[in-house]
Amino acid sequence: MSLLELKNISKIYGDLKALDDVSFKVEKGDWVAIMGPSGSGKSTMMNIVGCMDKPSLGQVLLDGADISKESDKSLTNIRRDKIGLIFQQFHLVNYLTAVENVMVSQYYHSMPDEKEALAALERVGLKDRAKHLPSQLSGGEQQRVCIARALINYPEIVLADEPTGNLDEANENIVIDIFKQLHREGTTLIVVTHDPEVAEVAQRTLVLEHGRLAKEIVNPNFKD
Amino acid sequence: MLVALLAIAIGATILSGLVTIYYDVPRQMGAQFRNYGANMLLMPASADADFNEEAIEQAKSAVNKDLLVGAAPYRYESVTINDQPVIAAATNMDGAKAASPYWYVNGAWPTQNGEAMVGKSLAAVLGVKEGGTVSVIYKEEDAKEDDKGKTADFTVTGILETGGTEEDYIFISLEDMSALTGFGGRLDVAELSISASKDELQAIADKISTVSPAVSARLVKRVTQSETTVLTKLQALVFLVTSVVLLLTMICVATTMMAVVAERRKEIGLRKALGASNAGIIGEFMGEGLLLGGFGGLLGAGFGFAFAQAVSMNVFNSSISFRFIILPLTVLVSVAVTGLACLLPVRSATDVDPALVLKGE
Repeated sequence: MSLLELKNISKIYGDLKALDDVSFKVEKGDWVAIMGPSGSGKSTMMNIVGCMDKPSLGQVLLDGADISKESDKSLTNIRRDKIGLIFQQFHLVNYLTAVENVMVSQYYHSMPDEKEALAALERVGLKDRAKHLPSQLSGGEQQRVCIARALINYPEIVLADEPTGNLDEANENIVIDIFKQLHREGTTLIVVTHDPEVAEVAQRTLVLEHGRLAKEIVNPNFKD
Repeated sequence: MLVALLAIAIGATILSGLVTIYYDVPRQMGAQFRNYGANMLLMPASADADFNEEAIEQAKSAVNKDLLVGAAPYRYESVTINDQPVIAAATNMDGAKAASPYWYVNGAWPTQNGEAMVGKSLAAVLGVKEGGTVSVIYKEEDAKEDDKGKTADFTVTGILETGGTEEDYIFISLEDMSALTGFGGRLDVAELSISASKDELQAIADKISTVSPAVSARLVKRVTQSETTVLTKLQALVFLVTSVVLLLTMICVATTMMAVVAERRKEIGLRKALGASNAGIIGEFMGEGLLLGGFGGLLGAGFGFAFAQAVSMNVFNSSISFRFIILPLTVLVSVAVTGLACLLPVRSATDVDPALVLKGE
């Protein structure tokens, strides 16, 4: 049984098909990149996989359970328990410190635990910046806080939306290295990107065009 | 948030202040109205009723001493002064002074027997001035024509101005009247000034009729009704102003909270993306709002008392005692108003779609 399976997913807005009959599987521990030009359906795909939207047609199986017809409340619970989100714009709460931003995720999941949050920051090399506000951190550091927040509740899938879109090359490499580390630790990664360099380091790349899955590329140079 | 807190505090101040005044106005206005004379008349229950000072004292015992502002018994007799027919009113001067504080005496009130107070109109007719003397002649109704009647001389201590029929009377003590006419203690009427509402007065009147069968107690409708009318209008005004202020507070808080929600749209979206349920978002915003309401209410209760005290000192020239019940009442109403004001903003917070917000839309 696959960790995540999309079966003939379509998302229709009026006359527009944002996603058109897309199917793919993600196994536990996979590192999958989703690529495509603007308007190809990447964001819609991310929303559906991230339990923030429901498909118009088709099934989304997570751990074998169909979540495509679940209520918003159930999707919120699934998102909270099973998905870790990494955003292009980091979306840190600007009046909370780095460690408090990580603890926000714990707050909605279980119980805030500062020690655990500090350990998550240490994992991304930011323990010494734990008490800093987002405004006192560089873009790369903010993204690493965002990654620590996504990891804190041990999600089954880490879903990253353009995680390096706002970073310079040095910070991009740091984030990619963290992803490699996470993959080695068995974390399932789905990275939505338009950056070929980020896609190349994944195990395989799904290419979307006009809402359809145009091709699936297995990275021949992938190194575990 | 500071704007919302300020709005709640101001609203609560007005609420607390006006409610304090609302509760205190009847007492304050009642005291003011007592300046306008008696609001209850005691009369003989029947033609042969034993309506004397003893009956009046018995009737007064039915009135709480703290509420009784003044009581003046009266006996009226027709007399002549300088061959002019005049009404002589005998009363207890201290009682009359307390029951009719609006009477203006040019000179002094009589303090002993042999002294009289003359109404302004009568004084003009008689040509009498303060310090002068008047000879009062009393003749019984069935006296013979050659009966010259009984004469008593009085020193005029003051000229009375009331704007009413009292200006045509001469006022003497009950003892002097008794000596002059030998009326035997039977009184015509007694005026009572009681600090009470119309309903309370009616209850007192009923009680008097029970404890003193010789006495028939009646409310002076002109006074009690105007008192009730003024109080009702004042209380309605206070209620209206309070309602309007609370409504404005609610609108201000709702607008501020809407702005807060709009400002924190991304944060709300993030929280929802991280797994916050709608109930959680409602709880957070409502919690903030209610806390704000409680704190603002507490501030307002304090400021409101100061406000009410200032109003009372300026308008009624007397202080107001703190009513503890107004503190929880103000906090509760503030919390309720804030809660209501938060409903719409909170609803809009739950409508935030995490996916849209996180895409920067």
